[in-house]
Amino acid sequence: MSMTNLSDVPSGETSISSPPSGFDIAVDRAFRGSTRFFAWITVALVFMIVYEVAGKAYPAIREHGLGFLTTKTWDLQSGEFGVLPEIWGTLYSSTLALMIGGFFGISIAIFLTQDFLPGKIEWAFKNIVELLAAIPSVVYGLWGIFVVIPMLRPTAGWLHENLGWVPFFGTSLSGPGMLPAALVLAIMVLPTVTAISRDSLSNVPNKLKEAAYGLGATRWEAIFGVIVPTAAKGIFGALVLGFGRALGETMALAMLVGNSNQMSISLFSPGNTLAALLANHFPEAGKKEEPVLMYAALVLLGITLLVNIGGAFILQQTSRRSAGVAT
Amino acid sequence: MHRFGFRTLSLVMLCGLLAAGCNSSSSPSASSGSTGTATANVKLQGSGASFPAPLYGRWFKEYSAAVDGVKVDYQAKGSGGGIKDFIEHTVDFAASDAAMDDDEISQVDIGVVLLPMTAGSVVLAYNLPDMSKPLQLSREAYVGIFLGKVSNWNDPLIAKSNDGIKLPNLPITVVQRADSSGTTFVITSHLSEISEDFKNGPGVGKTVNWPSSDKFIAAPKNDGVTATIKQTPGAIGYVEYGFAEQAKLPMATLENKAGKYVTPSLKNAEAALAGVEMPDDMRAWMPDPSADQAYPIVSYTWLLCYAKYEDSDKAAALKDMIQWCLTEGQKSSAEMGYVPLPANVVETVTKKLDLIQ
Repeated sequence: MSMTNLSDVPSGETSISSPPSGFDIAVDRAFRGSTRFFAWITVALVFMIVYEVAGKAYPAIREHGLGFLTTKTWDLQSGEFGVLPEIWGTLYSSTLALMIGGFFGISIAIFLTQDFLPGKIEWAFKNIVELLAAIPSVVYGLWGIFVVIPMLRPTAGWLHENLGWVPFFGTSLSGPGMLPAALVLAIMVLPTVTAISRDSLSNVPNKLKEAAYGLGATRWEAIFGVIVPTAAKGIFGALVLGFGRALGETMALAMLVGNSNQMSISLFSPGNTLAALLANHFPEAGKKEEPVLMYAALVLLGITLLVNIGGAFILQQTSRRSAGVAT
Repeated sequence: MHRFGFRTLSLVMLCGLLAAGCNSSSSPSASSGSTGTATANVKLQGSGASFPAPLYGRWFKEYSAAVDGVKVDYQAKGSGGGIKDFIEHTVDFAASDAAMDDDEISQVDIGVVLLPMTAGSVVLAYNLPDMSKPLQLSREAYVGIFLGKVSNWNDPLIAKSNDGIKLPNLPITVVQRADSSGTTFVITSHLSEISEDFKNGPGVGKTVNWPSSDKFIAAPKNDGVTATIKQTPGAIGYVEYGFAEQAKLPMATLENKAGKYVTPSLKNAEAALAGVEMPDDMRAWMPDPSADQAYPIVSYTWLLCYAKYEDSDKAAALKDMIQWCLTEGQKSSAEMGYVPLPANVVETVTKKLDLIQ
């Protein structure tokens, strides 16, 4: 039935082009209106969340002020609250994770885009890496407790005993701690970093590559001298996104970081992060603790915002410098 | 096409109608109505403590199956969360391991009835490789461990009460609860009772400020603590008896008030309960039971009910359910690792039920 209908439509006489009907115009306007509406509603949602969180945090902000950011105690009984160890733990674990995950992520992205592998294997490889993003964070947490920590223990023990004077190995690893948390976090940011850097690397125009080879560059010279710098903008964006992902990760960290109010440079020492603090304390928070937790949430929002702004700023600077190279 | 689609649709609808008819005709025949007092289609909503949750889950399931028309939902979100819900009137009843304090009770204007339902012990589970005998800890030793003063397993304080055992030279890692918890409340009230230093230091609470050390780590929930102890050589931590038992973790034998070393077991927890007088408000604390055989860290856990319900069917159903838990329910307590209520307590609680209207 539908087949005959189709063949009926272009009857010879009328032209294919015609002015838009009233209906077309209405659809067009409605579409434009709704995209605008949904775009604004997303922005409004962000502001609403900030407003809501800040409103609930207000009593705590008034009571604790900026001292909240610089003190180290979290004691419900005496009403002393400070999140300095959590801020430190959040930044430290995320930075470590980004260093490890970023290194591997970018390496994988280069490996997958520069014709090292036949196309089919490349495709399978890419999908397997992206599959890492689909694993729930509780599973990562459990895997960390039952696999990563026991695996790290002998090495960590050796490092502490023989190189204990290095601040990074200053304490012995008892179980949960910064290093296992950062390692698992690195694996969690890996797919984000890989997927986005892979995209920007494969978007580098072939002309550039060919020109580099034509000038007599070796493969490595072409990759590190031409292709990676051209894709730097996208790779940097991938790192910023990965960092954001690491800052906000909750469940796996709550299980692995040790939730201890410690500030230590040692990789084996337990610590705490803002997201883990919120996850652990929110479900049973009473009237006294809730505003303080909201304040902590606001601090986390602030850190994420700063990282994004900082990232955008650096991106602008670097892209200005490499403007001649970029397409 | 269209006609066929319509016919399939109507066929599906007919099937649905038939199925619905079957359901409605079969349900009355399935009713057993053992207790009879409950009226049709009452839904009781509760939330709170996670420590008795396995037992409550079983009770409510069995009760819902035995009595027609009553459905009980229980959400194990923790004692603090339960009390919060209860004060905000979003549930019909709640459960808490720390009962309710006076300040919390005063926030419920229609009155509160606290009913102890079962009791359990909090054990010190540990992970020490190659131990031939269960570890014995004196009061001084375990207070010292939780204050961070005893920090190695070969400490003379621990060795003193463990003759014939070679204790390893291994730092002690103390595992505590990261979330606010009734279990933490129970153990900190015990530690504060027996040690002045602990009382002035961390103190009593659902979360306390533990000593700052890189050997004090926290894990979420009873299962998180259990898993962390299991994975960390040299760890010791506090969990509810049932969780340690299930994970087959060794539990320390503790010195009680009478100076005897007592293993955590149902029998010894019962001994602890036996020596406690139930006060009129039903908030019986036993931070340090004095009986010879009493295991030192034991606590009741409470159901929180309103004194007055707007819906009289709901009140009747709730009372009937609690009555069932006090009689039939107590039979499954021991099997699940909880302490059945002593007979005199069951009697007092049953009398208290009359306060619910």
